Amino acid sequence: MQLNIKYFGLIAEITTCTEETLELSNATIADLKNVLIGKYPELNTKDFQIAQNKEIVSNETLISGEELALLPPFSGG
Amino acid sequence: MNRYSRHIILSDIGQQGQDKLSKAKVLVVGAGGLGCPVLQYLTAAGIGNLGIIDFDIVEESNLQRQVLFGTSSLGMNKAIAAKKRLEDLNPTISIDAISEKLTTENALQLFKQYDIVVDGSDNFATRYLVNDAAILCNKPFVYGAIYKFEGQVSVFNYNKGPGYRCLFPNPPKEGSVANCSEVGVLSVLPGIIGTMMANEVIKIILGFEHVLSGKLLCYNSKTADISTLKVNRNQSEFDKVLGKEKLLGIYENESCEVLVKDISEEELATINNIQFIDVREPHEQPKLEIKNCMEIPLGHLESNLQLLDSDKTKVVFCQSGIRSKKAVELLMKQGFNDTFNFKGGVFPLVEALKQNIYER
Repeated sequence: MQLNIKYFGLIAEITTCTEETLELSNATIADLKNVLIGKYPELNTKDFQIAQNKEIVSNETLISGEELALLPPFSGG
Repeated sequence: MNRYSRHIILSDIGQQGQDKLSKAKVLVVGAGGLGCPVLQYLTAAGIGNLGIIDFDIVEESNLQRQVLFGTSSLGMNKAIAAKKRLEDLNPTISIDAISEKLTTENALQLFKQYDIVVDGSDNFATRYLVNDAAILCNKPFVYGAIYKFEGQVSVFNYNKGPGYRCLFPNPPKEGSVANCSEVGVLSVLPGIIGTMMANEVIKIILGFEHVLSGKLLCYNSKTADISTLKVNRNQSEFDKVLGKEKLLGIYENESCEVLVKDISEEELATINNIQFIDVREPHEQPKLEIKNCMEIPLGHLESNLQLLDSDKTKVVFCQSGIRSKKAVELLMKQGFNDTFNFKGGVFPLVEALKQNIYER
């Protein structure tokens, strides 16, 4: 399945793009995290949440949607 | 009343709605980039009782975005300077300026006096504290946070909706996410995000239907993209907070302070046997291209103490001197007393190194 992944904030600086597509099938959110950490090792040191089809999901969630987003916490005010 | 006539003629507000606004009590945590626009609009809109808590002082670098302040506010406490300007904007409301830091000691008794809390803070310790205290006092809180050109807005702990911990359960390691003073921020961004926050406060008070609860709005000022993501309530994140007898800080050693020793460029030249420690993230530039420089991001410092050379004088630096100060605090608490903070950040250090005097 082709996934469209969006990156926010500091995460987009690490991936050096705000959006990309990735091919991944029968996977959970945790599997996706591992694939992305393999591609961008620096992600391993960062905190972020993942949204699938515009809903924040947990590690165990099966990937069923095509639209994913990596969201880091912001501290600035 | 003429002041609020444009509100009163709106059929969704009317005199009844304006009376609700004038009876409301709102506490704004932080009178910085986000707090300024929140305070300006809530004051102008006639929120009857406003509390402002901020321990910080107005600095010149704040004026690029914190438009409540002017040159005459420099050096003043932010809560007091804000009150002074806001009283001119609307003398008919009551404003309480609290020139203190929000702590686990004062948060609960303060939150209890208000209906709604606004989180305009600039660090995770305060953000988690606002969440936890709001849960314990059962108050909704309006959240906003910014990073460079991007912002997030949501309403937490509202009508059985989610809390901040439902979105980000684990506090990031201390220093792992930079704030505006370290990485910069577009001047208008906090104005946009803060105004959205003020809008949510007003919606809550007026009892409007579509409060931004259970949703996180993400805005990118470069692309003008807005994404709204659904956030579900996770009861266990509430139980975590409710199950404790009192408020706890997220960073266990945040309260015990140590004296950080700063070192200047001139003083550096007088020391032999230096180990430089770069506590920035790997992608940050410029790098120090010398042998005696160790790169350990602040978030990893504590687990890599074995890389430090106890025989050498350790000089810690980052981009602007803020993370390096935290790193020196951490190292000193771990017993590395021969450790200094290079206050000016990487750029003056690179300049000084061009003279080739520190590589010994």
